[in-house]
Amino acid sequence: MSAPAVDAEGLVKRFEEETALDGLTFSVEPEEIFGFIGPDGAGKTTLFRILTTLLLADEGSARVLDLDVARDFWALRARVGYMPGRFSLYPDLSVAENLAFFASVFGTSPAEQEDLIGPIYSQIEPFRDRRAGALSGGMKQKLALSCALVHRPEILFLDEPTTGVDAVSRREFWDLLGRLREQGLTIVVSTPYMDEASRCDRVALIQDGRLLGVDAPGAFGARYGHPLLAVSGSDRRHLPEILRSWEHALSAYPFGETVHLTDRRADLDPRRAAVQVQDYLAARGVPDAEVRPIEPGIEDVFIARMGSGGVEPPAGAAADPGAGEAS
Amino acid sequence: MSAGEQRAAGSSAPPGSHGAAAIEANGLTRRFGDFTAVDAISFRVERGEVFGFLGANGAGKTTVIRMLTGLLSPSAGEARVAGHDVYGDTEAIRRSIGYMSQRFSLYEDLRVRENIQLYGGIYGLPNRTIRERGNRLLADLGLEHAADELVASIPLGWRQKLAFSVATLHEPEILFLDEPTGGVDPITRRQFWEMIYRAADGGTTLLVTTHYMDEAEYCDRISIMVDGHIRAMGTPRDLRAEYGVASVDELFLHLVRPTDPTTPADAGGGS
Repeated sequence: MSAPAVDAEGLVKRFEEETALDGLTFSVEPEEIFGFIGPDGAGKTTLFRILTTLLLADEGSARVLDLDVARDFWALRARVGYMPGRFSLYPDLSVAENLAFFASVFGTSPAEQEDLIGPIYSQIEPFRDRRAGALSGGMKQKLALSCALVHRPEILFLDEPTTGVDAVSRREFWDLLGRLREQGLTIVVSTPYMDEASRCDRVALIQDGRLLGVDAPGAFGARYGHPLLAVSGSDRRHLPEILRSWEHALSAYPFGETVHLTDRRADLDPRRAAVQVQDYLAARGVPDAEVRPIEPGIEDVFIARMGSGGVEPPAGAAADPGAGEAS
Repeated sequence: MSAGEQRAAGSSAPPGSHGAAAIEANGLTRRFGDFTAVDAISFRVERGEVFGFLGANGAGKTTVIRMLTGLLSPSAGEARVAGHDVYGDTEAIRRSIGYMSQRFSLYEDLRVRENIQLYGGIYGLPNRTIRERGNRLLADLGLEHAADELVASIPLGWRQKLAFSVATLHEPEILFLDEPTGGVDPITRRQFWEMIYRAADGGTTLLVTTHYMDEAEYCDRISIMVDGHIRAMGTPRDLRAEYGVASVDELFLHLVRPTDPTTPADAGGGS
């Protein structure tokens, strides 16, 4: 059996009084796309810097490609690719110069790596003489990915590659990652966009330096533990508020055109809950509401685990603090 | 204006198209050299409306916002913001609007209360008003305990909510929110939208940009910009019906990459 591509055990990192990472343990299998999903300040960048040998953990250990990130950093650096969240290429060098520079640092050339970077680099090659600083966001992203790939790494760390990128370009970027994975690369990627979870083989939900769960994106929902209902109706602006005052509501949050309502009664048939909500709304003067049971998505799970301090919400728990703050 | 009136309105005709609009643009154009970043766009945002201003990166959204906030002069066309002309009355515009973005909001090295005082002063509010509104703002956010903390030391979600409140300190008629929820956790993101709704209920007009397509559904109306043009405008519900798509996300893909099939490109193939 091959070793995991990443094996982290109890990683802790503190900056002065702030704990950025609070004991992270996880492993990434070879040739999977593993996503860290969480908001700004969750600890994603700190974690990526430790895994790419740029920062030392205060406690715990991590092995990447079966090499220790603290001891074997020279050997490791030649075998990992890292695309930092902030654009960190040379803005005054041209597109072609940036790529040639990063290739030469690793003793190779863009031409030698054509089969790997070609499909990505060809999209920005028409602008090869443009200063990197003058590229659009989407083109910068593709150049940064080309540079991170130019030494043919075995594992790629991408820190928020799609932040601030429009929905269509994000989708195309994930298509690219899927193709790289098919070429045998292991990809560790972070994102604040919950909808990108479905593009990963497995995801880790991260918040305040702790993992709220690690699993295949489709597997979280089964352990949600409560009926979840999608509610739509007129007066959408006030619907969450109205639903929160329902006696069985654990939480109610807007999700696109509907409101997702979690019933605090763990063992209830969702269809029965739906009928009761319908009746409740009719009594509250929302006669045209549509209520249907749904499967929880990653964002539902994330919210539930945030609100309950990381543990799955127990039946009969008080409404989560997030819901309370808003009122 | 009630939600019902807005649903009744067609996708092309904005609701209640009478009286002065909060924002009105006719043939608004901006060229940079040979490049036309914004190509004769026309739209109207009604008072109290939450207007989602969507588009791909580089479509021209930021250029439009810079023109509407008086930071950039148009090359052609006309626009009025809160009744003021974008060519001549930029000072009056700036007094009538608030602006907040993910990138620039508060001074992290100042304390919470100092930020409130600073912005209150910039907006020209009397000290007494700043004090009163500042206290009310902190109470509404439940942040009284943090008034003397450095902004850098309070959690990011709170910072964004505080930034929103500070941007409304001078009770502007119109608020421009440029990706206000980028990188924010999913609970705070939703609380933020409740703040947007409360402001709209109070009569404030909001123009919001976002890359979260679920947030597009929270808007009364949206527009989608592609290559300097507004390609679609209307209520999310009407637009979904008009284009026969299940979500604004799908509509966005359809408009921004018209050559793609509606399903995500999967040319690489394989499982």
